[in-house]
Amino acid sequence: MTVQSPVHTAPAAAGGGSRPKKSKSWLATVPLLAFVVLVFGVPLVIILGGTFTREGTLSAANVTDSLQGAYLTALLGSVKLSALVAVVGALLGTFLAQAVVTSRFRLLREAVLTASGVLSNFGGIPLAFAWIATLGNSGVVTSALGLDSAGWSLYNFWGLTLVYLYFSIPLMVVVVVPALDGLRPQWREAAQNNGANTWQYWRHVGIPVLTPTLLGGVVLLFGGAFAAYATAAAMVGGTVPLVTLQIANALSGNVLIGHENVALALSLDMIVVAGLVMAVYLPLQRRSARWLR
Amino acid sequence: MNGAKVELRGLRRNFSGTTALDGLDLTIEPGELIALLGPSGCGKTTALRCVAGFEQPDEGAVLIDGADITRVPANRRDAGMVFQSYSLFPNLSIRDNVAFGLRVRKVAAAKRHARAQELLELIGLPQIGERYPHQLSGGQQQRVALARALALEPRVLLLDEPLSALDAKVRVTLREEIRRLQLSLGITTIFVTHDQEEALSMADRVAVLRAGRLEQVADPATLYDRPTTAFVAEFVGTMNRIPGKLSGRTVTVLGQDLPVEGDVPATSDVEVLVRPETVIVTPDPSSEAMILVSSFRGSTSRLRVQLGDLEMLADVPGHDTVRLAPGTRVRVELVERPVLVSASSDVAAAVPVSEHDVV
Repeated sequence: MTVQSPVHTAPAAAGGGSRPKKSKSWLATVPLLAFVVLVFGVPLVIILGGTFTREGTLSAANVTDSLQGAYLTALLGSVKLSALVAVVGALLGTFLAQAVVTSRFRLLREAVLTASGVLSNFGGIPLAFAWIATLGNSGVVTSALGLDSAGWSLYNFWGLTLVYLYFSIPLMVVVVVPALDGLRPQWREAAQNNGANTWQYWRHVGIPVLTPTLLGGVVLLFGGAFAAYATAAAMVGGTVPLVTLQIANALSGNVLIGHENVALALSLDMIVVAGLVMAVYLPLQRRSARWLR
Repeated sequence: MNGAKVELRGLRRNFSGTTALDGLDLTIEPGELIALLGPSGCGKTTALRCVAGFEQPDEGAVLIDGADITRVPANRRDAGMVFQSYSLFPNLSIRDNVAFGLRVRKVAAAKRHARAQELLELIGLPQIGERYPHQLSGGQQQRVALARALALEPRVLLLDEPLSALDAKVRVTLREEIRRLQLSLGITTIFVTHDQEEALSMADRVAVLRAGRLEQVADPATLYDRPTTAFVAEFVGTMNRIPGKLSGRTVTVLGQDLPVEGDVPATSDVEVLVRPETVIVTPDPSSEAMILVSSFRGSTSRLRVQLGDLEMLADVPGHDTVRLAPGTRVRVELVERPVLVSASSDVAAAVPVSEHDVV
């Protein structure tokens, strides 16, 4: 039997409370703000300052230079390469992730996810070297299969696309697997129960639910490919026009002396391109995720 | 909308060594609400999923109005289903969720929106068409799921523990509402639940399943009052098991001779199954029996009474609680009526779900 204990009421709040103090919780954000200023603010000021000065005077000549000739070709080349890698990588990554998620073999899933985690962080000179040693002009596979006589070359736009996909597809897998895991089996069954076939389920439910994640993945892949430098530098040097390679050239005075500020203008161009991508992405993302709010 | 007759014939289903269905036979009459009740793993959900088409039986057949639909794909079956929880499409508004089946069937937008609105009114939520699932409470979501299941005017409605994720109060209102809708639409309904109270209060008939087989199917009152097996007796409601001596079709228990109903075991030492409400408890200072615990439930009180080595439960009217306080010596008798008896091993598998009922 339950015994009822007498209810003790708390004594009324003691009078004479002090004035409410101003919260100091904002202090916790100081490290973050300092970080943002150092890592984003200072470089941005330097870029802007350098871009709009030439020989000590205010000028837009660096920007004009950065948007013509070889520089423009490089900028467009980078956009083309990144867009291709982003779209193809997102598609293949999503299909691979779906295959893994629906697989009955748990070990395969674990293996692919671990490999994806590692490979998505593979980049720079080691990545270039791995490919050169495998599929370069005297690479192991190239020699073994006699690919060189068939006209194979890794050191061009398509070769670079292939190498970028090598880390982009795993990155997409890492991004999209949690979203695929989040698709509840009841949704598919409820759709079937309402007469939908597999395609109709994906068209009306599966893909719309995944879209915010997929869009985010595409932007991430685009950014990763757009900003990549070391791999391309080690692999193709100057043969494939890319904006990051041009920035390096201009900074080091490889081709022309006194173009350091054009390098800064190219950096500004890159920021603008990234901004444009976000300007397309954000409204799409907001629209596709309106059901989440 | 008229209900269809649903027949399950000899359904068998194995999941990598585990038998979920072991030759289940059951006929559900048109317009009837039948509850599939049983402990977890008894095969009730598998049976429902066989009717929905999400599960293929290894053997046996599912018939709707005499037509064999065992191999018909799930998306071509005439059955609406409500899942346990979170089955609404999160990216679609409530209206589009309800109208989903009509959209798939390419019904014009105006027509399907009108139909969705009609259904939302039917479930008492006419204002929420523009909202998204995550903006609704669990109870509202399940109502919408019900509306969606009814949108295509199916002749069979399948409910897979639709109330189990809801809190107690919502559960009670919603089950009354489901029953009201089911009766007004006359739709044949199969309701899977592990909650005996839910099954007994809603269903025209309750089918108790055990290890993939039908143990008993009967209307709720018969099932409770006249269980044909010890398992059903133990599973539905609360049972006392009191040792007794069997002779012929009479059993001697607590000094009383009571007629035996149902199967009679071969041994003479048996356990008599007695409901707490058929135990009569009266104060008697000279008696050995004593009340250990009493829990007041409003209209009744449940007592735990010690009688020698034996502990038993008794339900007494709430107003008797004062004179039947813990520590009171009492005399214990049983209502004179036929009882079920069993050899003790028979009921080992039966575990009452509502164990909290037992003091």
